[in-house]
Amino acid sequence: MPRLTDPSALDGKLAPPEEHAEVLVVGAGPAGAAAAIEAAKRGASVMLVDENPLDPQLIGLDVPLLYGGRMGGAVQRRGRLVEQLLAANPALEEAIERGVDVRLGVTAWGLYLNGPALRALPAPMVGLADEDRSWMCGFDRLILATGARDVALGFPGWDQPGVVGAAGLHALLQRYDAFTGRRIVVLGSGELAVATALMIQERGLEVVAVVETLRRPQASSGSLARLKAAGVPVLTGQTPRRAEGGRDGVERLVLSDGRGRETTLECDTVCLAFGQAPAIELLSSAGGLSVPDSRRGGHAPVLQGWATSLPGVFTAGDAAGLTRSEAEAAEQGRQAARQALGAKAAGRPPAGADAWAYQAAWFEALTRDVDPSLMVCQCESVTRGDLLEVRAPRYLGEPAAPAMARDLGSLSADGPLNQDQVKRLTRAGMGPCQGRRCREQIALTLAQASGAAPAAVPLATYRAPVRPLPLKIMADWNETSAMTDGWEIWFAIPGQWSAYDDIGTEREFVTPFGGEA
Amino acid sequence: MATPVGAAVVVVGGGVTGLSAAWWLARSGVDVLVLDKGVIGWEASGRNGGGASHYHSPLFHEEQRLWPRMDELLGYPTEYRRERVIFALTGSDLAAYRGMAAEGRRLGYSVDDLDPKEVRALVPMASEANIGGVHLHYGGQANPQRTVQAYAWALQDLGGRIAQHTPVTRIVEAGGRIVAVETARGRIGLDALVVAAGPQTGMLLKTVGVRLPLGYGRAEMIVTEPAPLMRIGGVDGNGLYGRQTLRGNLAFGGGPHEWIDLAADGPVARPTSPLTRNLARRVAELMPGAANLRLIRSWAGVIENTPDGRPVLDRLENPANLVVATMSSVGFGLSPASGHAIRDLVVDGRCSFANLDKLKLSRFETVGDDWLEVRGWLPPELAQAPAAP
Repeated sequence: MPRLTDPSALDGKLAPPEEHAEVLVVGAGPAGAAAAIEAAKRGASVMLVDENPLDPQLIGLDVPLLYGGRMGGAVQRRGRLVEQLLAANPALEEAIERGVDVRLGVTAWGLYLNGPALRALPAPMVGLADEDRSWMCGFDRLILATGARDVALGFPGWDQPGVVGAAGLHALLQRYDAFTGRRIVVLGSGELAVATALMIQERGLEVVAVVETLRRPQASSGSLARLKAAGVPVLTGQTPRRAEGGRDGVERLVLSDGRGRETTLECDTVCLAFGQAPAIELLSSAGGLSVPDSRRGGHAPVLQGWATSLPGVFTAGDAAGLTRSEAEAAEQGRQAARQALGAKAAGRPPAGADAWAYQAAWFEALTRDVDPSLMVCQCESVTRGDLLEVRAPRYLGEPAAPAMARDLGSLSADGPLNQDQVKRLTRAGMGPCQGRRCREQIALTLAQASGAAPAAVPLATYRAPVRPLPLKIMADWNETSAMTDGWEIWFAIPGQWSAYDDIGTEREFVTPFGGEA
Repeated sequence: MATPVGAAVVVVGGGVTGLSAAWWLARSGVDVLVLDKGVIGWEASGRNGGGASHYHSPLFHEEQRLWPRMDELLGYPTEYRRERVIFALTGSDLAAYRGMAAEGRRLGYSVDDLDPKEVRALVPMASEANIGGVHLHYGGQANPQRTVQAYAWALQDLGGRIAQHTPVTRIVEAGGRIVAVETARGRIGLDALVVAAGPQTGMLLKTVGVRLPLGYGRAEMIVTEPAPLMRIGGVDGNGLYGRQTLRGNLAFGGGPHEWIDLAADGPVARPTSPLTRNLARRVAELMPGAANLRLIRSWAGVIENTPDGRPVLDRLENPANLVVATMSSVGFGLSPASGHAIRDLVVDGRCSFANLDKLKLSRFETVGDDWLEVRGWLPPELAQAPAAP
């Protein structure tokens, strides 16, 4: 007997992907480019997508990195930027020569695979978009080389132009040649901060100082020697108390030594270089497993070799766990491509410094005696005080005096604190930047308030689209006729909306209005 | 909290229905304990469209009576706003909406028919191609996440208890009565039991031989960045249900659902599909003025449905201290009233404000064991996996 299918169910309504790649690589940094070249060498048909050059409006939203409003008009000139990206990344030229289908300015915003609660997909696929439209691309093998995100921890005044992340600064300086700052204070003294400071100097800009809240600088003695040779001042035991500025953002940063002595640094940019985290948005949004792994930079993919927990999905480079060099990332990319194509592969992500211990130390220092008006979520204007009190958003007005005080402490008495729950109550992390600027600060606030280790705070969920794209771009303007014809507002169960009085009468299945759920 | 050993009434399920029921019970001075397998409101209760206009339900009048008072009664904001505008791009949609309006009027509520210009006056982002709509002066919408927490906090303020991360594994019967539930944290004694565990309600009832046929569907929604506030936030049409939040975001759902197999411990994942793009299209068609808004999240919820799509709100005859509560995919908006009804069933044995005879469990006694196959409510057959390169 043929199987019956509910006509308003999803079965058969989603179109097959518009195009297909044997190997699809997301991210054309060192790991992704190397992976694409290796896969092409092995005879696979390969597509390599990279979202750069980005829509300038996304850069303005600090998506995907913390650009801090320090981008110039050059980010508007996409044609020139494409040439520049190719020039700055020789591996892309090699990839093109080897027949890789290289797509620049193409964003991967969603990853979809069938699983226990989703079986209606005609094939595994990735959602792609350019400046005009979105579409789906199927794959046999997917390699995620999505790099690292900036970790932002705030201080009074950080919510003004001029506070950038190390990755955002790197992108504006090296990829876009569009950075408008000139005098930069670098926060943090690990390898990331040293590399950032040296990069700034090489570009002819001024590093005002490298600032460390701990008593000792964190980088290796070799790195610190290079910093010293470059004449970069290193200030230890100093914590930013506030950034002051004017119409164009930051003009100075005020430091405190914790004993009441303040130092003021004149600068136009403060670069947060105390941490990055693997960019696992796509993987996580599709249900790929991650583990808290401070030595890999935070929540990092569960790996077998370079294979993630999702079938056919591999990862390499900073997305797999922060790497120490571009050469290391490239080698990971090659190994991931080998494994994806069924060959033997070697290597594993390196174990780095204890990222959460270091970030938690910074967070403790930055929040010690800080005013509760400190902004945490810029999109939704949620302050540290709002978070600690689990306060409903301000547009709801002043709350009536509740019968019991509610705060993170009382909430944690009901069970382990969860960022998604706090987000729902306070809106922290629910804005257009998709929580990029605040998710680590919120997690550390929950850890701090409940005495939990940062690793014990569950990862806040990622959801497609992992880039905030306009409805008109996201829309499927060529949907299947099965989708159009079978569209119902709700489950379309005969009689579900019948008037109660009509149930059991001859009118029971006559009256439904296809009404609202 | 410390592991509880018992309560006069135990409610299994910290969704809107269970929490509202517990709050109503606590208001009557009943010692009540809510058990949730995880965090309250984590399933469909916290991820739905927030609509509160259910004219088809016997609970409708109580729903309409209570919602305007809920912020005050609970002491915490639900973000409830009255009124709704539904407008059409096609003649068949308009006929459906006008029919809905007629049903509202028949039940004694005020509705205006809108011409296309009036639609655009109320909904500036609406399509110029709209052909008219209806303006309900009742119904409306609230914030599901905030409402769930409001019930929970109001319940705790009255001395009611909530134990999260306490999954119930079995219901214990002795001498024709329910006497306890077994949980992952031990046995909890009780005088009366309410099972309002959403998709897992049927599985739990099965442990005492009570059969509740349910199918499990996954439904999807999307939300945009904030838009300028419209005068009425409850706006939909074009095959969508949804709302503008008081922050300004547009949150909409609708379209095909997917029937899924449910694990014993409930929904383990709630993935969205590329249906996100079809939803985006319909929002942009309905309100071209919103087409440039950025889509910032999609999400899904898993909802149970009975064979006729209608609730079961029933205090059984045997065992007589067991109340079964499933709202069959339409629970959020009706929750102020369903909680009241459940309180009445537990305390008084019958609902004080509506006749619930047609929502009894016994109506499904004749439903065959193969009903999911017969209805086509089965998970999709998997497409062929791609060949390895």
